[in-house]
Amino acid sequence: MLAESLVLSAVLFAIGVIGVLTRRNAIILFMCVELMLNAVNLSFVALSRLYGATGQVFVIFVMTVAAAEAAVGLAIIIAIFRHRQSVNLQNINLLRG
Amino acid sequence: MTFDLMIPGQLIGALLPDVVLMGGAMLLMLLAAWRRESDAWQRVVAVGALAVLAAAAAAVLWMMRLDADASIGVIAVDRFRWATDLLCIVGAGFAIALMSEQNPRARLVAGEAHVLVLLATAGMMIMAAARDLMILFLGIELMSIAVYVLVAMDRRRERSAEAGLKYFLLGAFSTAFLLYGVALIYGATGTTNLTEIGARIILYKLADHPMLLFGVAFLLIGFGFKVAAAPFHMWSPDVYEGAPTPVTAFMAAAVKAAAFAAFLRIWIEAFPMVVLRWFGPIWWIAALTMVVGNIVALSQKNVKRMLAYSSIAHSGYLLVAIASTTSMGSSAFLFYLLAYTLATFGAFAVVSVVSDGAERGTQLSDYEGLWQSRPWLAVGMTVFLLALLGFPVFGGMGFFAKWYLLQAAIASPAPLVTLSVILVLTSVVSAGYYLHLVRVMFMKERDGAAAAVPASGPLTRLVLITTAVLILVMGVAPERVATWSRLSAIGPAPSAISSLGADTPELMPPAVDPAARR
Repeated sequence: MLAESLVLSAVLFAIGVIGVLTRRNAIILFMCVELMLNAVNLSFVALSRLYGATGQVFVIFVMTVAAAEAAVGLAIIIAIFRHRQSVNLQNINLLRG
Repeated sequence: MTFDLMIPGQLIGALLPDVVLMGGAMLLMLLAAWRRESDAWQRVVAVGALAVLAAAAAAVLWMMRLDADASIGVIAVDRFRWATDLLCIVGAGFAIALMSEQNPRARLVAGEAHVLVLLATAGMMIMAAARDLMILFLGIELMSIAVYVLVAMDRRRERSAEAGLKYFLLGAFSTAFLLYGVALIYGATGTTNLTEIGARIILYKLADHPMLLFGVAFLLIGFGFKVAAAPFHMWSPDVYEGAPTPVTAFMAAAVKAAAFAAFLRIWIEAFPMVVLRWFGPIWWIAALTMVVGNIVALSQKNVKRMLAYSSIAHSGYLLVAIASTTSMGSSAFLFYLLAYTLATFGAFAVVSVVSDGAERGTQLSDYEGLWQSRPWLAVGMTVFLLALLGFPVFGGMGFFAKWYLLQAAIASPAPLVTLSVILVLTSVVSAGYYLHLVRVMFMKERDGAAAAVPASGPLTRLVLITTAVLILVMGVAPERVATWSRLSAIGPAPSAISSLGADTPELMPPAVDPAARR
């Protein structure tokens, strides 16, 4: 079971990375990041079967922090939406060098 | 005295500076919400924040005097931690001083910004203390989430909101990488404690375990984003340009210092063996960062962007210290961080005065004829730029910072000669943009139609004078600081190196099947 879980987690993580790199909608990007975090959580839970509770404690921390991050992130996305009426990153291009 | 970290009371004792800072931040948060937001109230909160920082600094100094030590546990109690703490606290103090003056100019009423700086500093201090990947993660997130908000603080200005979004998305992305790295390292070694990881890698000969190598790679990518090392630097010029200037200075100096300090500790305490395998990638990242940062900075027209690229280049210089993996390297690293923090805050303080809080006057042309209108500002900026360049005497301690860095690079077990040559050559390239700005300030006439450069407020002036004087004084007498950084250095445990060839008992690696555990 451990190997399968780890492979699944790697696949989920890869899907998340590909999503972040290819999609252009801020909300979808954010969802992909959350997918990556949950892939990591899956790894931790699977590994904690092997090593004891540390992995599960880590998962609790990750979920808590992700919730805090989501609060801040969505607030920032709303701030952008008020300026642009859009959360598409292609329209967000004031800053570039 | 020695703290036993297994006893809760002593653990709290070992975290005293952090507890002081966090408790103070919580109280200030209440204070900030006490009255209706106004410029006057914002100033009260800023004074409170400076007082809390002073208390935290006093706690750090007290711990330093105690020469505290601790059993092996989740946090480190050593002089490297105190040195990093002091750097971050100084950075936060400068940031709050600049912000309390720039916010009213930018018509930004946000007393909680000062509290957020405190919370970010608390995160940095936890990162500096972390000897466990879980604590490290909490520290990084405490810092990052506060800084996401700070960057987007001026949310009615579109650039600030955009910078906040970019920083948030890239920051969360890099955190996920870092976390996956932690998970894989945990999978390979069965622990998240740095000391334990180091011990188990040697004991079970895990240095070539693929899971560990992937874990370290992801960790490296995560940290690469955080410290803006090439090729993970793309976000930083945009974010540095869009964020309010005091926040940019805070990010360029303190956030980077904390991320580097945590990186260095992990590298030295957990992976002295693996480093041999990762020497190549670190070498290339350092070289690429120095080259990219300095070359691209040459073509910038916006001073904030230029300083952002220069800060990327400085990440490259600091990576040279990390690549040397010796205690000499980490002492050069601390000295460099101090010089860099002072010069960065000074330079961004000038930028914040010239741009008048509104973030308009950040183009190179806005600096034309600064020598005629605000001579001291021009002189100060010259000192900071020369310090960043590493010019002798007039650049103060910047010269010695680079000097010690080169010394450490050459003296490392595998001398980093090529990297040192790249460091020197790219520093010469950096003269191109630093001195260009100096030339613009002193030799060009100011356009008559351009708005006058406003006078700097008393606090900004204090920041400017403090940083400039410190840079110059330590440039004449660097010995004290050099001794301080030498005493605060951490190096790889001698046992880690000597046991490389030693015959360790053939034990089962921890990656056994789950049935054996039950």
